[in-house]
Amino acid sequence: MRKYTERENGRGFNETRPIEAKAGVIKKADGSAYFRIGKTTAYAAVYGPRECHPKHMQDPKTGILRCNYNMMPFSTEDRVRPGPSRRSKEISMVTEKALLPVVNLTDYANAVVDVYIELTETDAGSRCAGICAASIALADAGITMKDMVAAVSCGVVDHQVAVDLDGPEEHLHDLDVADIPIAMVPSTEEITLLQMDGKVSQEELLQAIENVKPALKRIADIQRKALKDRYK
Amino acid sequence: MTEERLLVKDKDVVVPGEVLATGMNYLPGQGTYRLEGQIMANRLGLIMIDGKVLKSLPLAGRYMPKKYDMIVGKVIDILMSGWRMEINSPYSAVLPLKDASFSYIAKGADLTRYFELEDYAVVKITNVTSQNLVDVTCKGPGLFKLRGGRIILVNTNKVPRIIGKKGSMVSMIKRATDCKIIVGQNGMAWLSGEPEMEVIAVNTIGMIEEQSHISGLTEKIKDYLEKATGRKIEVMAEAAEIGEEVRSEGDMEQNGHEERHDQEHRRYEQ
Amino acid sequence: MNTKVIMMNQELKTHINEALKKGVRLDGRKKDEFREIEIKTGVVATAEGSALVRCGDTEVIAGIKLQVGEPYPDSQDQGTMMVGSELLPLSNPNFEGGPPGIDSIEVARVIDRGIREGKAIDTKKLCIRVGELVWTVMIDVLPLNHDGNLIDVGGMAALAALENTRMLKIENDKIVIGKRTDEKLPICSMPVPVTVLKIGDNFIVDPTFEEEAVLDARLTVAVLEDDSLCALQKGGKASLTTKDIKGMIALAIDKSHELRKKINEAL
Repeated sequence: MRKYTERENGRGFNETRPIEAKAGVIKKADGSAYFRIGKTTAYAAVYGPRECHPKHMQDPKTGILRCNYNMMPFSTEDRVRPGPSRRSKEISMVTEKALLPVVNLTDYANAVVDVYIELTETDAGSRCAGICAASIALADAGITMKDMVAAVSCGVVDHQVAVDLDGPEEHLHDLDVADIPIAMVPSTEEITLLQMDGKVSQEELLQAIENVKPALKRIADIQRKALKDRYK
Repeated sequence: MTEERLLVKDKDVVVPGEVLATGMNYLPGQGTYRLEGQIMANRLGLIMIDGKVLKSLPLAGRYMPKKYDMIVGKVIDILMSGWRMEINSPYSAVLPLKDASFSYIAKGADLTRYFELEDYAVVKITNVTSQNLVDVTCKGPGLFKLRGGRIILVNTNKVPRIIGKKGSMVSMIKRATDCKIIVGQNGMAWLSGEPEMEVIAVNTIGMIEEQSHISGLTEKIKDYLEKATGRKIEVMAEAAEIGEEVRSEGDMEQNGHEERHDQEHRRYEQ
Repeated sequence: MNTKVIMMNQELKTHINEALKKGVRLDGRKKDEFREIEIKTGVVATAEGSALVRCGDTEVIAGIKLQVGEPYPDSQDQGTMMVGSELLPLSNPNFEGGPPGIDSIEVARVIDRGIREGKAIDTKKLCIRVGELVWTVMIDVLPLNHDGNLIDVGGMAALAALENTRMLKIENDKIVIGKRTDEKLPICSMPVPVTVLKIGDNFIVDPTFEEEAVLDARLTVAVLEDDSLCALQKGGKASLTTKDIKGMIALAIDKSHELRKKINEAL
């Protein structure tokens, strides 16, 4: 007998939290963006293509993408010690892998495109918010990319797919909760980020991937609008 | 059979992943690509419809060096056989000895007599290799070491708009502010004049950058300059709307022609 | 727009000097003029207090986190505080990642000095049990866009965030997560830091990133409500004469009134 028939936060099972996105928010950067989903807030700044240091990281065949994800110390209820952690390094890496399939850096041999992501406030879904912000920032910087990358955390709560888990939902004690961050290229439905914490059946996972697609396409529309609004 | 539809018009701002047209009627040009039955944008840009070809002009992106471009560069290193210059790009440029001056420079000469660290100069790109190694020259009309003044950075994609067709926009700013202005294709620009006038010129250029995609800009700039300087300004006949200036990218007269009258600044000796 | 290389060279510095003699700065401001300032508080829900300050293009965010712990041995009846800062590579093309460099350490320590020596926080009221349990106030100041004057803008953000801070509940010597009270953090004063730059013979305030690159020397002065001073920091390679110091302090005190007013208006 299903216990989770209504979401703890009152949303529909395929409904994301309210989203706000803006481009060009960091003047010193070549491209930048602000992406807020519920309370989770990410800033992204792109610098590049620019000279690549250290030199040993240069690739003579193509430019490289280098992502750095960081949480500000006050962005969680328990203060986070400043500086990189194993978690932030892993998220930096999967963020880079999530964005690489859409960008074309072949014209930038030996150069680097640096993407810096800072979370000012988090309430679950922070790596996905970071990827969404980074995607807008890359486009804002004029990088050649075939499409945006939209990302959101899909959950499976008590065997029910719930799109965009928030903090309280993630921490429900008495129910089985699986957290599945997913990033997708909207035009081709290619998946560029897929991670999971929790336990699900094969069917539940495939259902989650299906259910999240419309939400991701809506997010991509919001991302594109943020870019255009800069030129009104 | 996909329906044939054009979803954008000339001068629309488009973003990556945006569908520009459906069907097989249109062809993808710069900044666009075909995905099955659709033409999509692959960068932030301004649409240009050239017959059946859909192109987008970039609105953002760092400067990539191109042969024959006139640019402003800064000396950052003195080499055995020339100077290395920062050119506001992921790639630096080299100014070889033989291209520094019309006078003969002996091997082993003190290179700082010609260009010192942190000197700025207007140079022309003579070659760009496949690995993006860049050579420049400072010998030629309108090429010289810059003295005094200040340097600002502008969006390299907006340079054609700032210069204007046949230099009309930048001329207007120069006449209004009595400033010498040189805008390099690489987004490095040099200004020299009275401090208050320089500020007006810098603000004007900032306005052009922000509104480059909006039509009626020339009038707006003229009004702003008149208000700021208190002078009456004539708009030159060739000053054009965005469409013409944007298309004239190919035929545009470079800074060199525009700055011929500034040749009194050519000083190759200290 | 950005470039990794600072654009200044000696000729440009001379140019700035000449312009300053005529009272004109690169962006047209007067020598004693601040850029437009915008302050918002309560911008981060996970922080006990927060503020976002924009000064021209410089944008800095400050967040306060409260913790409980043991007091220092030499002040058993007082709470503790610490200011942290990082020059985020997000905020300027000249920064690269890595451990905090000396510049970011200086920003943190100068802001810290002002708040600590100005006794902005009433640390005696932060004592829960003498010698055993006190509140610790962690102040983190981070730039989102760095176009100069981080100490002043960061200082304003920290002060606004402190005023915005509300205490947490404790149960069994532990903080109850997510339960904010209406009780304000005990604040006694607002020591406002003002940095004055010396370029040639000119004094300017609120420098942009470009102007900071050509400074000869700078003096940061933290000023209290009664115009007394509670912290000083001299920076830059050149020296200052006594006359310089007098002039710079007078200018700093004058500007501190304006900045304090701006902070209070935002609360």
